[in-house]
Amino acid sequence: MNVPAAVVFFTLFALVTVLGFVAARWRRGDLDQLHEWGLGGRRFGTLVTWFLLGGDLYTAYTFIAVPALVYGAGALGFFAVPFTIIAYPIVFVVAPRLWSVSHARGYITGADFVRGRFQSPLLALAIALTALLATMPYIALQLVGIQVVVAALGIEGQGWMADLPLIVAFVILAAYTYNAGLRAPAMIAVVKDAVIYVTVIAAIFVIPAQLGGFGKIFAAVPPPKLLLLPGQTSTFVTLAFGSSLALMLYPHAMTGLLASSGRRVIQRNTALLPAYSLLLGIIALFGYMALAAHVGDAPEFAHGFQQYGANYAVPALFLRSFPSWFVGVAFAAIAIGALVPAAVMSIASANLFTRNIYREYLRPRCTDKEEARVAKIVSLVVKLGALVFIVALPQKYAIQLQLLGGVWILQTFPAMILGLYTRWLHRWGLLAGWAVGMTLGTWMCSTTGFKSTTFALRLGALSVPGYAALWALLANLAVTVLGTLALSALRVSPGEDETHPEDYFSDRA
Amino acid sequence: MSGIRRNPWKWHALLLIPFVATLWVPFYDRVEPSVAGIPFFYWYLLLWIVLVAVLNGVVYVATRERRGE
Repeated sequence: MNVPAAVVFFTLFALVTVLGFVAARWRRGDLDQLHEWGLGGRRFGTLVTWFLLGGDLYTAYTFIAVPALVYGAGALGFFAVPFTIIAYPIVFVVAPRLWSVSHARGYITGADFVRGRFQSPLLALAIALTALLATMPYIALQLVGIQVVVAALGIEGQGWMADLPLIVAFVILAAYTYNAGLRAPAMIAVVKDAVIYVTVIAAIFVIPAQLGGFGKIFAAVPPPKLLLLPGQTSTFVTLAFGSSLALMLYPHAMTGLLASSGRRVIQRNTALLPAYSLLLGIIALFGYMALAAHVGDAPEFAHGFQQYGANYAVPALFLRSFPSWFVGVAFAAIAIGALVPAAVMSIASANLFTRNIYREYLRPRCTDKEEARVAKIVSLVVKLGALVFIVALPQKYAIQLQLLGGVWILQTFPAMILGLYTRWLHRWGLLAGWAVGMTLGTWMCSTTGFKSTTFALRLGALSVPGYAALWALLANLAVTVLGTLALSALRVSPGEDETHPEDYFSDRA
Repeated sequence: MSGIRRNPWKWHALLLIPFVATLWVPFYDRVEPSVAGIPFFYWYLLLWIVLVAVLNGVVYVATRERRGE
């Protein structure tokens, strides 16, 4: 075991644990109300929102998987950068409307909005289930981040003991999330982000210098990986564009946005959050630094690569480049980095289940207090599910499901995002489009054996490889529009719209 | 407080620039001109992270409503 690294690692972890429990007293609210527990009372200002969203959107898994993809696939893996660039103009324009209508009508989840806008509990259920399905494997994957760094610290055990650190970390996380709700990840995010910035800034000064500069690093990249191959362009573009459309639809992103204290807080953050994208861009380059450092050939890392594949590239690079105590800091950044999104995702899932399934279908007359209590319990169940998933099943299932989750979540775009702008779309048209998009997207992925979300669309003699989520969305939109035209012609009731035009501009007084 | 501006669309049009700049791949899928050993493909995209932040900031300020009048 790497003792200095482990000491620093566990000290930082303990600090975060204390903070997580203290968070319940921070900006104290009535935690028996779902909007207090699950949205922090919609009171987070610019700085807290910056930390929370930054800690929440840029997950530990992202920080492991993006450089792993660059390490393995080269330039194609860099699609994450244009993705995060164009995501923010979208958030700038769209998110204030969502915030306003949710603020005006007391919506806590995206499905709440869809229900109110289209008077369709069934469509809301479809949206809620999709969001839950997309989020669960994402939570599980956050655990992979912890698993990889614990293994890299050299902490090993036999049988179930091997998973003990993971189980302990998650029990602690579950306890303070139950207790403090969204306030816990908001507070921990401050530490997480500080440690991540320190790690990346240190790495960008230390590692290229050790490797003889960026010229040497890029010279070590095999030429076919350095730029996009001719056939990769459409995949790169559709992955970036499709992912940026999907970003806001993820429940953890929506929860972070709705927890802010106003429209302008969100817009201000679209100018500030790219600081994290810059981190992500640098971290993506770590993939090439790992190539240049030949960590894949080093015998001391062979075991790690065998077990975790390319996901081990960045931990190996850190172990090779940093003094032992700083390895502890860097690994803590990844492990704590897993806790923030895992907490927000489980809270968002709990909000969805409680609002759109429990209160809608099981206990319509439940009190606010009962609603908050159920959400707390569900947040525990969700985390337990993720834990069992990652401990009991091969990791590849979580990875495949998370890829599928991205395809699925984009199918809620017409109801959630177009719905913010127009009421013209018919509720049953939206439901039909959603069903077609989900089926088609899943089928496209199945043709690759669920290994990839890239599907070659054939247009006559032309074959265009691209992100299956986007192809499925096109079919979804076509069915939604045709369905709307048909249902309107048949005069099928479109339902009442409980929102008013001014709701979409409401702001904190 | 004056009324909320409901038509900031002219300013929002500025936000289309990053889409063209980052999704028109043939423009930047090249090695030269490289800077400090970093190929164009990579530093161009990293530069756009900064530019999109600036653009969002400009649109934010330009669409600011005047309070307290």
